[in-house]
Amino acid sequence: MSPIVSVENLSKSYASGTVALANVSLDIEAGEILALLGPNGAGKTTLISIICGLVMPTSGRVIVGGHDTVKDYRAARSLIGLVPQEISIEVFETVMNSVRFTRGLFGKRPDDAYLEQVLQSLSLWDKRDARNMELSGGMKRRVLIAKALSHGPRILFLDEPTAGVDVNLRRDMWQLVRRLRDDGVTIILTTHYIEEAEEMADRIGVIDKGRVMLVEDKERLMRQLGRKQLRMELQEPLAAVPDSVTGRGLSLAEEGRVLIYDYDTQAERTGITRLIADLAQAGVSVRDLDSRQSSLEDVFLSLVEERGS
Amino acid sequence: MNWISIWAIYRFEMSRTFRTIAQSVVSPVISTALYFVVFGSAIGSRIESVEGIGYGAFIVPGLIMLTVLQQAVSNASFGIYFPKFIGTIYELLTAPMSFLEVVAGYVGAAATKAVMIALIILLTASFFVDLRIAHPVWMVAFLLLTAVSFSLLGFIIGIWARNFEQLQLVPLLMITPLVFLGGAFYSSTMLPPFWAAVTRFNPVLYLISGFRWSFYDMAEVPVAISLLAIGVFLAACLGIVWWIFRTGWRIRQ
Ligand SMILES: Nc1ncnc2c1ncn2[C@@H]1O[C@H](COP(=O)(O)OP(=O)(O)OP(=O)(O)O)[C@@H](O)[C@H]1O
Ligand SMILES: [Mg+2]
Repeated sequence: MSPIVSVENLSKSYASGTVALANVSLDIEAGEILALLGPNGAGKTTLISIICGLVMPTSGRVIVGGHDTVKDYRAARSLIGLVPQEISIEVFETVMNSVRFTRGLFGKRPDDAYLEQVLQSLSLWDKRDARNMELSGGMKRRVLIAKALSHGPRILFLDEPTAGVDVNLRRDMWQLVRRLRDDGVTIILTTHYIEEAEEMADRIGVIDKGRVMLVEDKERLMRQLGRKQLRMELQEPLAAVPDSVTGRGLSLAEEGRVLIYDYDTQAERTGITRLIADLAQAGVSVRDLDSRQSSLEDVFLSLVEERGS
Repeated sequence: MNWISIWAIYRFEMSRTFRTIAQSVVSPVISTALYFVVFGSAIGSRIESVEGIGYGAFIVPGLIMLTVLQQAVSNASFGIYFPKFIGTIYELLTAPMSFLEVVAGYVGAAATKAVMIALIILLTASFFVDLRIAHPVWMVAFLLLTAVSFSLLGFIIGIWARNFEQLQLVPLLMITPLVFLGGAFYSSTMLPPFWAAVTRFNPVLYLISGFRWSFYDMAEVPVAISLLAIGVFLAACLGIVWWIFRTGWRIRQ
């Protein structure tokens, strides 16, 4: 199946001379949730802005649903909903009117029943007659989401949707995003919260300094990198790993006082039970245990550092 | 043409107007009434008539033009500047609309408001002076053409402006002087020949002259030239708007 969004050799230099994107290519599959990660200034917003038509590319092109975003912008843009990073909203208008306005801009006939459904799903229905300026920051962000959904887009861009949003609301948003995905909407979100990408995404893309460093299926990424480490603090320091347990990914650290076991969380059996039993047999007694999982954050940081150096 | 989208902008802008209807209407009406008191009654009582028309009635077309120009420019420039300023312009730029459709929505709304206020002033004026309208159809045509072309100018100013000062400066420095020097309150036949010739370079003179002709059947310059002047101005504004659309000047990076 051909991708719903295809970014081809996209570069962008702003008038100030900043190179925000350097030859970026990226395919987004229909129906997936793609999370874009990357430090401040990496070029995430620029990439989204070019796809949506806010910023003109310096070179390269973007195809959305088979339509070139510059030559055939009408067809391309009518497929897209954008929730921008900055909260920008008509302060004097009511929630309902702003949502109606966006629907109209996208050339869709009025459909208040559909808009009610959208507002309901964002818990904004009670606020439909409130003016936007009377809303809290989190509510305003939801209004922006409602606006983006008002014309029933096939592709939704969420630029840091959960920045400054409380934990409950964040969970609600995650749920909403999943529901939308279940309805077949393709979702591209940027975030600085790695757990969010981990929780939500089907695929993860990492952008740094205007380049795509990696785009990978999340499960595979987690499997590759989702290893766990068990640290065992020993009663007595060891000079070497006991013979009975060698060859299982054990290593000694801190002058023999700590035994480290690397294992794969995805494996059928972790082998921990046997390891502990075998260690006891070998007369090694463990004083304390600690386990940690390498997260996407580690992956991300090591990637960024590696290329940065 | 994507009429639903244009209508969305038009309606949105008109609802902004109606939300502030009191200040939108009250201030031009009060200032017009003041002009009548000062120019029409106080000064006008010393001026017998201009080309056979009572001075109070003579200034009505000019006064309406003054208001139409100011209203068209300020409504359209503010209409597009505000979304730029608060950032909601992202919606216009990501909508499946051509730039000309965006312009049509904003300019249509600004022109509508300017014409509405012009008609209210006409009504106000009819309480003060004895009005005749010799060519009502032409009167409406001049009114519409002027409102649309100056709304286009306002739209361009709104795109160009980087801050509120610039937004207000242009109408203040350009529109008001041009209207005052364009014969709103006098006939250029009252000027010494040199200055009468200079005012021929003022485009607003042609507007006011043509508009006054539609009322009193008298014109300083031939009506056809007035129409041509508006046509040229309209074409120039459309050209600039088209260029902005091509280049994304000051709206798309
Ligand atoms: N309008 C602009 N004019 C000039 N430079 C810009 C403009 N917008 C962004 N940049 C620059 O382009 C680079 C990429 O910015 P961008 O906003 O795309 O980053 P980002 O990944 O979205 O960052 P963040 O996580 O902080 O939102 C930065 O160096 C930024 O300073
Ligand atoms: Mg950003």
